[in-house]
Amino acid sequence: MKFSDFVKPTAICADLKSFTKESVIEELVQALLDAGEIAADQREDIIAAIMKREELGSTGIGRGVAVPHTKHPSVQTLVGTVGVSDQGVDFDSLDGERVQLFFLLISPPERPGDHLRALENISRQLRDETFCRFLKQSKSAEDIQQLLQEADDNQFAAG
Amino acid sequence: MDAKPSERRVRVLNSQGLHARPADLLVRCASEFQADITIARGSERADCRSILSLLTLGATQNTELVISATGHDAEQAVNQIAKLFELGFNELDESTAADMAALPESGGSCPPTT
Repeated sequence: MKFSDFVKPTAICADLKSFTKESVIEELVQALLDAGEIAADQREDIIAAIMKREELGSTGIGRGVAVPHTKHPSVQTLVGTVGVSDQGVDFDSLDGERVQLFFLLISPPERPGDHLRALENISRQLRDETFCRFLKQSKSAEDIQQLLQEADDNQFAAG
Repeated sequence: MDAKPSERRVRVLNSQGLHARPADLLVRCASEFQADITIARGSERADCRSILSLLTLGATQNTELVISATGHDAEQAVNQIAKLFELGFNELDESTAADMAALPESGGSCPPTT
């Protein structure tokens, strides 16, 4: 699975304003709402579901990366977005590092394979230091989209 | 001393596959051992102490993986890691769980040894 299969370009947040776990999740979900990817009346429920998942253990998986996610019946296909925080957010990460890169995923309940393939793609690409660094340094949604496109075209990770 | 790694072939039983939470469980369990532990899918090998690395396996339900460990507590490490797979990372639904032998309520990262 490629980034372009689930990352919605108009929902990309190059300059996250939030500094707490809950507010950053709200900001990313709002971006998906503004992009028309989720229904307005599902916003609160989706945020609550993502927060509930965080209670089971932080999705801050290390190296300044977090993958907040949930299954939700209101989506037909996997929808996701990317957010970059200049300052980083305290996300209770497993390695204690502040999180600068967010990949938020909302998947249909009956498609666990798609969710796994998205995680596989994200983690594979993030192993590449250059990709990680460029992403953290991105200043605009266009920059981020271009980086994701280059990653999709196999210009970063070796496999 | 013993250069030969301890190995065990396992299968992903839970329907959600090896997603972030199971990866977290594996890392926590692996951290309780001195041994170097890897999990391989075919020729692809992941470090069992890194969630990022484990997630690159993209292991869906029924995927076969090989746990491999080297070090003085390698044998125990492989046993404990394998047990997490057998328990479906505590995500098995009741019908599947009924087929399994005693499902202990695990408080810690690793399943109980006794």
